[in-house]
Amino acid sequence: MAMLHIVNKSPFEKVTFDSCLGHASAGDSILMIEDAAVGAIDGTAFADKLKAAMADKSIYVLAGDLTARGLSEDRIIDGIKTVDYAGFVDLTADNETTQSWL
Amino acid sequence: MSSKKFMFVNRKAPYGTVYALESLEVVLISAAFDQDVSLAFIDDGVYQITNGQDTTGIGQKNFSKAYKALGDYDISKLYVEKESLAERGLTQDDLMDLVWEDEDDDWAEKSSIILVSREEMAAVMAEQEVTLSF
Amino acid sequence: MASIEVGGQTIELDEEGYLIDLASWTPEIGTALAKEEDVELTDEHWDIINFLREYYEEYQIAPAVRVLTKAVGKRLGKAKGNSKYLYSLFPYGPGKQACKYAGLPKPTGCV
Repeated sequence: MAMLHIVNKSPFEKVTFDSCLGHASAGDSILMIEDAAVGAIDGTAFADKLKAAMADKSIYVLAGDLTARGLSEDRIIDGIKTVDYAGFVDLTADNETTQSWL
Repeated sequence: MSSKKFMFVNRKAPYGTVYALESLEVVLISAAFDQDVSLAFIDDGVYQITNGQDTTGIGQKNFSKAYKALGDYDISKLYVEKESLAERGLTQDDLMDLVWEDEDDDWAEKSSIILVSREEMAAVMAEQEVTLSF
Repeated sequence: MASIEVGGQTIELDEEGYLIDLASWTPEIGTALAKEEDVELTDEHWDIINFLREYYEEYQIAPAVRVLTKAVGKRLGKAKGNSKYLYSLFPYGPGKQACKYAGLPKPTGCV
């Protein structure tokens, strides 16, 4: 069963994102929203961990949360997809279950 | 009233939590009391002063422009930690151009941003009389 | 909730008489808000009100009185950039009173 994991905490501040990566299964999707959006940027201390997870998981980031923090979409890691709120809704509909990592 | 060295330490990204906005409001209020105020941006706090913030997609007020008024409030020491920027794939070019005007130098615009190493930041923190962390 | 009538429209105010919806401000509303406090706005008042609105547009905050005084002095000349002049126009406090007529929130750090 494919699951959508939603993370809203910065990977630089909390271990939530790490824990999510450790518990998500192959074939799952991970959506970064709110402060977690900063983790989508390439060249950070967190980027390698996320790239490793991308081998068997799909990663998404909410575009509005990137731009709110002054981060443009062309700086995110190759392979991460940006979504708007409608895309967020589609993700929750396309996955059988959802888990919010608070 | 004698002036004290106040430092506001900012450690969180804006918008996801209310800390950044709360800190900014207290900073603006504190300026009314004529203290020696400086700001520190470490960890995710560096995202508070990134350039080009656009909050139309999340429906929140973009308060980043208010940091540009800090110079008017005689707050001209914004310490930004180099390591915190580097860990987040950022450089000074990603930050807003925050300046103050030097009255004693014909109102010349000078940068308020002081890039420091983690070790230097620790030393600046150690000099403070009052530290408020957000 | 408090409100005033301007040009047939009801404008909502908070408990201290500040506009609820900052975007709805018009000069007519500014004039009406001043009239509520028996103040007839002159060109000198409008210089300050317009300045405050421009400041808010740029920085998204209403400046503290000290900041306003300094900035007015730079923009409109030393004769106007002092608290005596500003208080002569806005006796209830240039920050509080002028911001109200300008349709801005009460200045942060207004003590």
